[in-house]
Amino acid sequence: MEYVNIFIKSIFIDNMIFAYFLGMCSYLAVSKTVKTGVGLGAAVIFVLGITVPINYLLENYVLKEGALVWLDADFADVDLSFLSFIMFIAVIASMVQLVEMAVEKYAPALYGALGIFLPLIAVNCSILGGSLFMQERQYANIAEATVFGLGSGVGWFLAIVAIAAIREKIRYSKVPAPLRGLGITFIITGLMGMAFMSFMGIEL
Amino acid sequence: MSETVEATAVVKEPKEPLFSSKNKRLLSDPLNDDNPITIQVLGICSALAITVQVKQAVVMSLSVLVVMIGANLIVSWLRNLIPSRVRIIVQLVIVAALVILVDQVLKAYLYDVSKQLSVFVGLIITNCIIMGRLEAFALANKPWPSFLDAVGNAAGYGWILIAVAVVRELFGSGKLYGFQVIPDAFYDFGYFNNGLMILPPMALITVGIIIWVQRSRNTKLIEEN
Repeated sequence: MEYVNIFIKSIFIDNMIFAYFLGMCSYLAVSKTVKTGVGLGAAVIFVLGITVPINYLLENYVLKEGALVWLDADFADVDLSFLSFIMFIAVIASMVQLVEMAVEKYAPALYGALGIFLPLIAVNCSILGGSLFMQERQYANIAEATVFGLGSGVGWFLAIVAIAAIREKIRYSKVPAPLRGLGITFIITGLMGMAFMSFMGIEL
Repeated sequence: MSETVEATAVVKEPKEPLFSSKNKRLLSDPLNDDNPITIQVLGICSALAITVQVKQAVVMSLSVLVVMIGANLIVSWLRNLIPSRVRIIVQLVIVAALVILVDQVLKAYLYDVSKQLSVFVGLIITNCIIMGRLEAFALANKPWPSFLDAVGNAAGYGWILIAVAVVRELFGSGKLYGFQVIPDAFYDFGYFNNGLMILPPMALITVGIIIWVQRSRNTKLIEEN
């Protein structure tokens, strides 16, 4: 039950886009059509589902204060958490590269769909944000962290597919000239955010 | 061989004054016509969530300014040494090291603000403005123009951030920079703070309105669709 709760919470209540504005750059740039939106969204779910658990292990067995005890009891008061930014981003950048190569080799069809989006993801704020939130919220075990990562990815996926569908339709409406493109997208995202806020406080 | 190359390079580029008109444009363009947030659409990721209070916005803008100047200068100095295949990782490491410095300084001197900013200090690393300017400018230009470009873009980012924060803090909690601005008398007459302003969606709508105003004043920025 705890897992379902974390999953629902990270999709709807703590939605990466609507509550924390993470990954807005690619969200705005790649949401012109639903097809590209689905591709990027799937890649985000994939990478978040991999990097959050890896960074969880890194955080709990290397970086946290006293995390190195498994190596030697003398390391009980070593605190490497100031290194977490650089470690997390290195893990993310190299994982993205690795995932890209693996997908290209073993799943060419998937690569065709996700290919161009994977390199973009290393600098997508929602990926690093996922790891940093995981660090801040102190999940109890690796399964919880994985569920959180996947849930955040699904939330991001929903947001980008929804806005892409709206942007496809809005092309046929009369938007005031200065608002066209970027301006109206911001305002629609704000309105969608308000709708998502009605999920607040749901607990399973 | 390399000496002759250097010699011709020196001859080719006549020494320009520190604040030539081209360099001034590097500073002024990002403030309006080429603003990183409203035109280039960069750096929105970590920007909007910290515009609830002016103080956070000011601290965030200064942090971005420091990181950006540092990263642009370092990358610009190293631009001929970085192999282009691994440049993204090199840039990320440089930026991450600078962000760690900023984060430690904030934790030491502004602990409460640093707590409020929480993960968003770390997210300066993936702030698209920094990566975008490194890719688009610092990799191809000398240190001094890169420095100006960093200052200009960080200022363009900062003023939007602070403008949004002023609107949200003023109408959301009746304060500016933590000081109460709207007098108690107003509240006695039945004025209420607009609670909606504090919630995340209003940041997006405020930026949307800034874009609207900017583009209706400067019609050449209007997008096709």
